[in-house]
Amino acid sequence: MSNLISEPQSDSAIFLNGVSVRYRLPNERIATLKEYMIRLIQGKIRINSFMALNDVNLDVEKGEIFGVLGRNGAGKSTLLKVISRVLIPTLGRVWVNGTVSPLLELGGGFHPELTGMENIHLNATLLGHSRKEIKQKIPEILDFAEIGEFIEAPLRTYSSGMVARLGFSVATAWTPDILILDEVLSVGDAAFAQKCTQRMRSFRESGATVLLVSHSVDTVRSLCQRALLLEHGNVLEIGSASEVSNKYHNMIFGK
Amino acid sequence: MDNISTPSRSAVYDSSKQRNSAIEELRSIFQYRDLIFQLIRRDLVTRYKRSVLGILWTMLNPLGTMIILTVVFSRLWNMGGTYPAYIITNLIAWNFFSQTTSAALNAMLWGSSLFQRIYLPRTSFVVATIGTGLVNTLLALVPLVVIYLVTGAPFRATMLLLPLPMLLLAAFALGISLILSTLVAFFPDVAEMYPILLTAWMYLTPIIYPEDLLAKALGGWLYRLNPLYWVIRVFRQVMFDGEVPTLAGWGIATGIALGTLMIGWLLFTQKSNSFAYHV
Repeated sequence: MSNLISEPQSDSAIFLNGVSVRYRLPNERIATLKEYMIRLIQGKIRINSFMALNDVNLDVEKGEIFGVLGRNGAGKSTLLKVISRVLIPTLGRVWVNGTVSPLLELGGGFHPELTGMENIHLNATLLGHSRKEIKQKIPEILDFAEIGEFIEAPLRTYSSGMVARLGFSVATAWTPDILILDEVLSVGDAAFAQKCTQRMRSFRESGATVLLVSHSVDTVRSLCQRALLLEHGNVLEIGSASEVSNKYHNMIFGK
Repeated sequence: MDNISTPSRSAVYDSSKQRNSAIEELRSIFQYRDLIFQLIRRDLVTRYKRSVLGILWTMLNPLGTMIILTVVFSRLWNMGGTYPAYIITNLIAWNFFSQTTSAALNAMLWGSSLFQRIYLPRTSFVVATIGTGLVNTLLALVPLVVIYLVTGAPFRATMLLLPLPMLLLAAFALGISLILSTLVAFFPDVAEMYPILLTAWMYLTPIIYPEDLLAKALGGWLYRLNPLYWVIRVFRQVMFDGEVPTLAGWGIATGIALGTLMIGWLLFTQKSNSFAYHV
C-alpha cells in the first residue's frame, strides 16, 4: 500500500508526493483588521493549525477514472484544490501533466445581466480559453446547450435548467486532459443527463483522465477502476474501486 | 497555434518548482489577456447597455458634483470664472482613482469564490477594473469639454499630453488597488474602512480647493507627503494650467506611480498563494 515511487512516471497524469495542507485557524476567529491590531498589541494571537491533508501520496495514470471517497470534511475538496492549482500545498509536491478542467459548479462566474452569448465568452475566458478558440467552439456549444433564440437574452430570463445546460456546455466544450467531477451531475431533464453521460464517455475514449469525487459508493463502484478513501485528511486506502468502496461502506454503516 | 493561447494546455504543473511569483503572474496575465478584455466588457456592458441612463450618468456625475461645489465654495476662495473648470478637471482624476480602487476591492470579494475553484491569474480582476476606469474617464472628458466651453477656460496644446498623466494615475491606482486587495483578502473589514480613508484622502489633496489654500492650512510642506498630490498635479498642469510639468515634476510623479505599482505587485503576488488558505 505504501507508495515508494518518488518521481512521476511516464504514464502519470496526477502525482502527489507527501502532500500536506495545514490550515491555520486562529483559536478565536479574528476576521477584522481592527480586532487583529488590538490582539496584536495585547499579544493575544495564538494560532491552531488543522491538517486538511496529511502526507498524501497518489499516482493516477493517464486515462484512468479514479474515484475519491470520504465523508464531509475528510479533505476531498482540499485534494481537488491542490490538484487544480488553486491551493499550493503546505508540504510536498503536486505534479500534474496536462490541462485540468474542474466542471465548475454550474454557472459559477455567470452574470445575470449579460446575454447567454456574452456569458459564454466570459465563462470560457475564465477557464483560460482564448477568443479565437471560443469562436471556433460557439456553434458546438450552442448546439449542445439547446438554448435556442434565448441565447441573445439576458441570463436572468433563463430557467435554472437552461443556466445549468449552458454552464455544462461551456465547461465541456474542450476536452481536458484531466477532468474533475465533484459530486454527481444533475443537469436538468433526463434527456440532457443522457447527453452528459455520453459526453463523459467520449472524454474517456479520447484518453482523458477523470477524477470523480463522490459520497456515493455506487457511482464510484460502477464507473471507476481505482479509488482512494480519505478520512481526516489521511489516506486510509488506495486500491481497486470495489475494495475501497466496500471499506467506505463498512466505515459508514459499521461492520 | 492554440497552445500559445491556452496557458494550461500541454503544460506540466509542478508545485515543487518554485518560480518567481511576481514574474510568473506577469506572464500569466498576458496569457489571460482575453479574460481581462471580457471582464472590462462585462463591466461596461452591464453598466451602459442595460440602462439608457448609464452613459449619461457617467457624464452627469462629475458635472453634478462640480455644480454643487461651485455653488457652495466659489465665494470662499476667489478663483474667478474658471473655478468650475478647475474642479471638474481635478474631479475626473480623483474619480478615476477613487472608483477604480473601490471597484478593485469589490472585485476581489466577488472573485474569491472563483479563486477557490479554478486557477486564474489573481491580478486579473484588479487589472480589469483599471481598464474599465480608463474607459469611464474617456467618457467623463465630454462634460469637461462642455464646462471648458461654457466657462471660457482655455483649451491648451498641453492637453495633448493627457495620456501621460493618465498612465501615471493608472499605475498608481493599480498599485494601491493591489495593496488594498491583499489586505482585504485577510481582513474583510478593510472594505468598510476604505471609504472613510478615501474621504480623508480627498480633503488632503487639492481637488476642490486651490493648492495654496491647503498649503496655508496644513503648513507649507505637509500636503506634499501625500503621494496622490504629485500624480494629480501633473494631470491638472497639462489639462487646466496649460503648463508642461518640469522634469522634476514628471520625475517625482513617475517615481511615485511606478514605485507604488511595484510595491503593490510584489506584495500581492507574494501573498496571493495564501489567499486560498483564508476562507
